[in-house]
Amino acid sequence: MAKKVKSIVITGNGTNCEMEMAHACRIAGSDEVDIVHISELVYGEKKLDDYNFLNLPGGFLDGDDLGSAKAGANRIIHARVKKSGKRLYDQLIKFIDDGKLILGVCNGFQLMIKLGLLPAIDGDYSTQTATLTFNDSGRFEDRWVYIKTNKNSPCLFTESIDGMYLPVRHGEGKIVTEDDEVLKKLHEKNQIVLQYSNSDYSEAATDFPMNPNGSIDAIAGICNETGRLFGLMPHPEAYLHYTNHPRWTREKLPEDGMGLSVFKNAVNFIRGENI
Amino acid sequence: MVHRIEIGFKEGIRDVLGERIKRKIIEHLDVAVEEVETIDIYTIEGEIDRSTLETIAGGPLSDAVIQRYKIDGGLAENFDWLIEVGFRPGVTDNVGKTAKEAVRLLVEESERRRIGVYTSRQYVIKGTLARDDVEKIASRLLANELIQRYEIVNGSKWDPEKGVRPYVPRVIIKDNPTTDQIDLDIRDEGLQEISNKGVLALTVDEMKVIKNYLKNESVVRERKKVGLGGRITDVELESLAQTWSEHCKHKIFNGLITYEDEQGTTTVIDSLFDTCIKGSTREIRKELADNDWCLSVFVDNAGIIKFNDDFNLVFKVETHNSPSALDPYGGALTGIVGVNRDPFGTGKGAKLIFNTDVFCFASPYYSEELPPRILHPRRIYEGVREGVEHGGNKSGIPTINGCIVFDERYLGKPLVYCGTGGIMPSKILGEDTYSKEIKPGDLIVMTGGRIGKDGIHGATFSSEELHEESPVTAVQIGDPITQKKMTDFLLIARDRGLYRAITDNGAGGLSSSVGEMARLCGGCEMDLKKAPLKYAGLKPWEILISEAQERMSLAVAPERIDEFLGLAERMDVEATVLGTFTDSGIFHILYGGETVAYLYMEFLHEGLPKMRLTARWKPPLHSEPDFPEPEDMGLALKKILSRLNICSKESVVRQYDHEVQGGSVIKPMVGIANDGPSDAAVIRPVLESFEGIVVANGICPRYSDIDTYHMAACAIDEAVRNAIAVGGSLERMAGIDNFCWCDPVESEKTPDGQYKLAQLVRANQALYDYTVAYGVPCISGKDSMKNDYIIGDTKISIPPTLLFSVMGKIADVRNAVTMDTKEPGDLVYVLGETCDEMGGSEWFAMHGYIGNSVPKVDARKAKHLYNTLSSAIKAGLVASCHDCSDGGLGVALAETAFSGGLGMDIDLSLVPAKDIGRNDNILFSESQSRFVVTVHPEKREEFVNHMDGNTLGCVGVVTKEGIFRVTGMDNREIIKEETDELKRAWQETLTF
Repeated sequence: MAKKVKSIVITGNGTNCEMEMAHACRIAGSDEVDIVHISELVYGEKKLDDYNFLNLPGGFLDGDDLGSAKAGANRIIHARVKKSGKRLYDQLIKFIDDGKLILGVCNGFQLMIKLGLLPAIDGDYSTQTATLTFNDSGRFEDRWVYIKTNKNSPCLFTESIDGMYLPVRHGEGKIVTEDDEVLKKLHEKNQIVLQYSNSDYSEAATDFPMNPNGSIDAIAGICNETGRLFGLMPHPEAYLHYTNHPRWTREKLPEDGMGLSVFKNAVNFIRGENI
Repeated sequence: MVHRIEIGFKEGIRDVLGERIKRKIIEHLDVAVEEVETIDIYTIEGEIDRSTLETIAGGPLSDAVIQRYKIDGGLAENFDWLIEVGFRPGVTDNVGKTAKEAVRLLVEESERRRIGVYTSRQYVIKGTLARDDVEKIASRLLANELIQRYEIVNGSKWDPEKGVRPYVPRVIIKDNPTTDQIDLDIRDEGLQEISNKGVLALTVDEMKVIKNYLKNESVVRERKKVGLGGRITDVELESLAQTWSEHCKHKIFNGLITYEDEQGTTTVIDSLFDTCIKGSTREIRKELADNDWCLSVFVDNAGIIKFNDDFNLVFKVETHNSPSALDPYGGALTGIVGVNRDPFGTGKGAKLIFNTDVFCFASPYYSEELPPRILHPRRIYEGVREGVEHGGNKSGIPTINGCIVFDERYLGKPLVYCGTGGIMPSKILGEDTYSKEIKPGDLIVMTGGRIGKDGIHGATFSSEELHEESPVTAVQIGDPITQKKMTDFLLIARDRGLYRAITDNGAGGLSSSVGEMARLCGGCEMDLKKAPLKYAGLKPWEILISEAQERMSLAVAPERIDEFLGLAERMDVEATVLGTFTDSGIFHILYGGETVAYLYMEFLHEGLPKMRLTARWKPPLHSEPDFPEPEDMGLALKKILSRLNICSKESVVRQYDHEVQGGSVIKPMVGIANDGPSDAAVIRPVLESFEGIVVANGICPRYSDIDTYHMAACAIDEAVRNAIAVGGSLERMAGIDNFCWCDPVESEKTPDGQYKLAQLVRANQALYDYTVAYGVPCISGKDSMKNDYIIGDTKISIPPTLLFSVMGKIADVRNAVTMDTKEPGDLVYVLGETCDEMGGSEWFAMHGYIGNSVPKVDARKAKHLYNTLSSAIKAGLVASCHDCSDGGLGVALAETAFSGGLGMDIDLSLVPAKDIGRNDNILFSESQSRFVVTVHPEKREEFVNHMDGNTLGCVGVVTKEGIFRVTGMDNREIIKEETDELKRAWQETLTF
């Protein structure tokens, strides 16, 4: 019998998309979905080990005061679970080693990048090799964008998705890599999963507003080499139903929003692979 | 030891903030600069060794991929000038706070307590500038000297080894928590002086009431028992001043007003608030009888209505005008996070689900000399925009609706309206959530932020005009993350039943929050020494009335306190027991066990004498304009589309997250290119359901120049019809009134007080008439009565402004419509009658006139129209629907066309009109209760049948080619413009 899909959605310290992220996990077919405050992990009331799908939602961890998700990453690296004294970070690494799935959206993606969980070149999950920084426009923007997927990417979250139309809502979404070498590797290993594109998903978009932040090579989302860790700036959990679409009153759209597929892929994968 | 860590970008990484500042220096200040680079500075106090400093600098404080750092030296090089801007002592430094927490994780446990982190920012400038120019950049763009300090360094004198000397803006005040006793048994002049000096905003009459209270025999006897004599303590006087402030007590709205109309007929109104506002709601609820869906009105921090059997909705709109005038960013940020706490602290507490913001500014292109202490409107515009952006976005609450109104008279005081809605389960653990109860013996608990000198006298200060000595401490900077952490915690505590009652700490601080809560049980006893402080040196009265942000006060049953405090600690939220609620009838405040205030609750809350005021209405007479019909009507249309009050606000809208929480249905920008102006917002607060909420606003201050009765009627009508336009209905729609007035109390400063008060009376009369007619009850509201600026000989008073906000239920969001044209061939209808009502219109204003024929609302006709249109939309008969307001039909038709990327052929002779002989008047009259609707030809008959009994005309057709064509009444083509051109005119005004 297939294993149960247990989704955990982390919140606290400024995270704010936990509710819709949990809703997405639920309607995508998770057997269990828990919204867990980071303090519950720190106090040992909840353990990552009990789940197989970790969701890091959008928001403003610590206000993004030191740069997006920087203070949040610092806390996760240094936090110790009460009583046991073990590092919370070690739970995270074990979760990855067990082949479980992590999805980071917006601030969650920023957190993964700052922790080094992505892109994790050569499987090194503890060194930051890229960053997400201020949009070229210098401002926060809420705007819907088209993103094309890389068919050759190992990312299991985007299986059979050609492209998506989703909102971005960020001030720091521009990807910069440490050097050209890192960027080259991302391309070689097809870790660049999503690129901002034109409306038929045929061409990557370099210019504002189609590329909303000036991200290098129009990168909107990346995965690790196994495709089990995935982070993206656009919000799939913000398009779960057609009424979320900005033009639903003028276009004929399917009932389900495009973002739901990301969660369905994750849930189906876990069920199929028995993680 | 004090260290400085400086962080800058690596070579080749764009410094977008620096680029933006450079642009502003060139565009706003007209100073030529070549380059601006930014460097972030962290000044760190504490014994930290070099290697740990390296870890801190390279770790949490900088991002190694894009940034470089330097410890204890200057990072800047090769520049002409450097400006460093940092906070003054005691000003909230959110980044510094986060940095402090991050640094503490990296230092030895024993050192953690001593760590302090303060931030500042350097602007490193290249360019040949005189020192005066640099001063100008610093004082007029980069720093607000009220809250910040700056330092200028000339590049030729720069020593990078030394850099800028560390400055620690720590608050150092001698800790001397004494309580003064004040003798009120003196002459009137002395009493007035005490009030003025202390920013108490109490009148001599009010001071005398206090003076007499102290002579009451039983008062003397009771005070003696707790060691107090015949003099009043500063704590008591301050408590009374807060509680009795215009801000908290709404003295004018509750006053006894003798009103004389233009015929000389006199009526006496005992409280506008009670008769007009509460009165209309009472009337409507009586009418609703068994179907009454109002649950809590005017008694709590926000109003509560029933959403469905499982949930209640909560809504409140506040203003934060005075602080935003002094510090636009901090003022507006505090405004939004402050109003968040209203619904949050209503009933058992609500989860926050939407924000709405309405701003009133002078033109950002204002080019004349500025009076003293006034910031340039553009700076106010940008500061307020950014403050609300940070407050709303970082709190994870979608900003779903709003608008910006421009008028030169908002130069003295801008208006910053912030509204927030919430949702609460209708029952928690079997108990109703809409009411509050406190039992004697429950503990007084404060949660969230700590108390500092920030925000002292906010309530009394906002009860005065902006003047030379307006206190700096009245300004605060909100901290959305501390508040978010607190609200995350309190929602869990609520669902576990860990507290009995909750309220917000806003104006008046603990004095108001605990004072108000104590009314529910009949008294309180609180020791201020227990309150957590940001820094030492606060006097007891300051602790009591500080408006330091991000705090809630709660009543917790003693048996739940351990669990409550335990959860708070786990979730990293500060919570402190300050005392006990009692039934003693006494507002009893101690400091370290010693009584510092001892007031009868009844006196505190009911002791204020009613204000007696006179109002006299004399309708103004303005000159009627005399300008010919324009020859080029297309050009005229483009001009009006580009007016500040009409043009696109997309650049602001995009910077607010309007869809967090996942329930966005009708967004602020709609149409084929996501850039058309939506009339109202629709959201789904419960993602499992299709029941929705519609939220809209109405505001039209220009009509106040003619008659505030019709101004208020139009504001109410506009809010309601905006909501109807997207598919809302009158079935379950609640209103919030928010009056911002110029001082209406006759005095030396305000010789026309009687007229201004008459304006207030008339607006209230309209509020009663129209809310009752529509069946839209006000459930909460707010007034801000002193929106004047007086310094020297300059007095600037805002036009009387009523913001009417509505929140309605929409049964199924899938039936909502948007305002954009959908398909070529669709028929264009105008609903409602167009009259010669040009008075106060945008069209007249464009020509420099006011006129006299202000739009009037026919509520009976309008109500029928709203009900039938609402059901036509529900039945799917309407392809698009757009409210017709500022700029009239011309603007509404053009917006409808270009938002759908299609053209229109319109014939003005088919517009249902009365007594209009001019094409420009038909196009730009602002007659109320009108819509532009497009209908698919196949649905024509059904639509027309459905709309039976209304005034409507089919005025044209949607066309495929993008041409907007209008034929005048004389059958001559008067407009032929590309819709793209119209859109461009509409979009190009506000792009920054």
